[in-house]
Amino acid sequence: MRPLTPFRRPGPRTRSDPAPSRLAYRMQRLALTPSVRRGFTLGMPAFAVAVIGALALASPERRAGLVAHAAAMQEAVRSRKEFLVHEMRIAGASDGVGAEIAARLDVEMPVSSFDLDLADLRARVLALDAVERADLRVRPGGVLDIDVVERVPALLWRRADGLTALDRAGKPVGAVAARADRADLPVISGRGADRAAGEALALVAAAAPLDARLRGLVRIGERRWDMILSDGQKIKLPQDDAVDALERVLEVDRARDLFARHVVLVDMRLPRRPTVRLHPDTARDLRQVKLTGLGDD
Amino acid sequence: MFDLYRSQRAMRAMRQTAMQRGHVAILDVGTSKIACLVLAVDGATPPGDGVGHRAGQSSVRIVGAAVTRSRGMRFGEIEAMHETERAIRTVVQGAQKAAQVRVDHVIAAISGGGPRSYGLAGEVELDGDAVEEQDVARVLAACDVPDLGDGREVVHAQPVNFALDHRSGMNDPRGQVGDRLACDMHMLTVESHVVQNLIHCIKRCDLELAGLASTAYASGLASLVEDEQELGAACIDMGGGATGISVFWRKHLIYADAVAMGGDQITGDIAKGLQIPLATAERLKTLHGGAVSTSMDDRETIELGGDSGDWERDRRTVSRAELIGIMRPRIEEILEEVRERLDAAGFEALPSQQIVLTGGGSQIPGLDTLAPPFFGQQVRVGRPLRVPGLPEKATGAAFSSAVGLCLFAASPQDEWWDFEIPAATYPARSLRRALRWFRENW
Repeated sequence: MRPLTPFRRPGPRTRSDPAPSRLAYRMQRLALTPSVRRGFTLGMPAFAVAVIGALALASPERRAGLVAHAAAMQEAVRSRKEFLVHEMRIAGASDGVGAEIAARLDVEMPVSSFDLDLADLRARVLALDAVERADLRVRPGGVLDIDVVERVPALLWRRADGLTALDRAGKPVGAVAARADRADLPVISGRGADRAAGEALALVAAAAPLDARLRGLVRIGERRWDMILSDGQKIKLPQDDAVDALERVLEVDRARDLFARHVVLVDMRLPRRPTVRLHPDTARDLRQVKLTGLGDD
Repeated sequence: MFDLYRSQRAMRAMRQTAMQRGHVAILDVGTSKIACLVLAVDGATPPGDGVGHRAGQSSVRIVGAAVTRSRGMRFGEIEAMHETERAIRTVVQGAQKAAQVRVDHVIAAISGGGPRSYGLAGEVELDGDAVEEQDVARVLAACDVPDLGDGREVVHAQPVNFALDHRSGMNDPRGQVGDRLACDMHMLTVESHVVQNLIHCIKRCDLELAGLASTAYASGLASLVEDEQELGAACIDMGGGATGISVFWRKHLIYADAVAMGGDQITGDIAKGLQIPLATAERLKTLHGGAVSTSMDDRETIELGGDSGDWERDRRTVSRAELIGIMRPRIEEILEEVRERLDAAGFEALPSQQIVLTGGGSQIPGLDTLAPPFFGQQVRVGRPLRVPGLPEKATGAAFSSAVGLCLFAASPQDEWWDFEIPAATYPARSLRRALRWFRENW
């Protein structure tokens, strides 16, 4: 049996045994374990950074200072003169509308372009009746450009509370104080008339031969149009193909001078059976004439 | 037999785990050196046209290697556990450091322990149907195991040959039709205490044993080429403390044995004959040793450097012829012993009788001249196959058993316990038996 007590050779100590101790062997195996390796190369640095960060952020005044610093930096960038908007230029709007847009937007100049919510501003501009389209952009040089396309009034819509101007699509443009203010525009009335503005314009265009005698159009039952002429004459138009029906009436008028006679009503609601109503007096006279000609019995 | 099945299957399962984890260590605990190779298992086919898997070794790569002088070993057996454990720790640590991975599973070789070979034969009647896996299992179970003796443990049990009716020499009888299935099996046993000591040493190094092979078998795998294995050849692994013999035929190990003599005995002879320390004798043997002397060797004098403490007086010299004269009788004795073992095993009945000398002892110059009188003309000195990543220092003949263990780890031969346990041997009320019945009938 080999001696249990290690024999120490006199002289300089030389390491005769190349074998690692059990502890060294186990530690090396532990170091080579993949999870431990990863923990050492990734986990430990990450943990150290986290601990340092947590310690640094532990005091409230340091946190507040950081927040204030971040806010100041942000503010410094925001308030640079490159980002400032000094002026608002509204193009394409009439004076009244332009003033109203400026009043509505109510932007205090100068303002940083980061604080401008262009989508919101645009929605506010579009909320005006008179504006059909609006393009907003911040131009280099600190100018907020607002390009506005106004609605063009094409019709007057008479309602119980007054006159409203409508554009070609039937969208309201603005209130009109008196008919005489816009004598050039045709008048329509009746509930739902704005939704049929296109048809109304077509009818007005087709009624050009009547020119001065056209008084206006009345929407009946949100379904069809009545055309009102001067002297209380009226054309009842059908629901479908109203323009065709009107042209037929106008053709009869041109050939036979229909509206110069004592006609109060031309009823075209059934296109296959147009009906004409005479003035009651005229009708009575006519009957009288016939009776006279034919005899009483 | 159930114990055997269980322990060996547990070891095989451990090997599977190691392969899945991707790293397994090879530990060749020899008498003169201990080698540890760390294998990385990737299973990738090597790139390039016409490059195949070879003997399966291309699916593994050696990523770390370490070798150290063995301590506490004699005749291939552990003599001083603590010394061996320290040596194992040294190599494992070195190999892990080289590979930069941690290995938990080890495939080890056992060279001592007095290996004994048995040829078993079994036979079963078939019911005229095609042979199925169950029939193979039955015929393997029918092999009558001889009395192994007390304290013996089975290391290898490989089916070598199947015969169906009068047709013999089948590798795989499954699917063929016959009435009578017979099989031959080769079984190798060693002393169980030797194995237990080795396992204990490995356990103390925090490692798990994932496979155990005989050194002689591993050397044969590494140093015999495929044709030699097919036609019949013997591999003689001349190690430090033991000389292993393995006989292969038709690519199966059919006989293995060991002679408890090796290079250490030669060194001892030199030390005794020249009265010098063992370390000096080992140096003389490796630097100046030989097996056949010529007249030139009479004139070549070697300084002994006796290291007897008397530097002025102890200036002995010896001629190389004298050194060879000391070595040669021992080499002849070893070869003679090997020849006797081969004769006893019936080696001369094989169609080809190639002898391959390998192991560290085979590097003695002139051995190929000395060997033919014992073994006939078909003798060569073999070096192990190449395995990817094998370091240059481990390509020599001394590493053939380590390389053979790599091949063993990469593609192990089917052993007895790799086949299914025949259903009839299950306990009658076993749940597994019921499961098997379900699987076979639906």
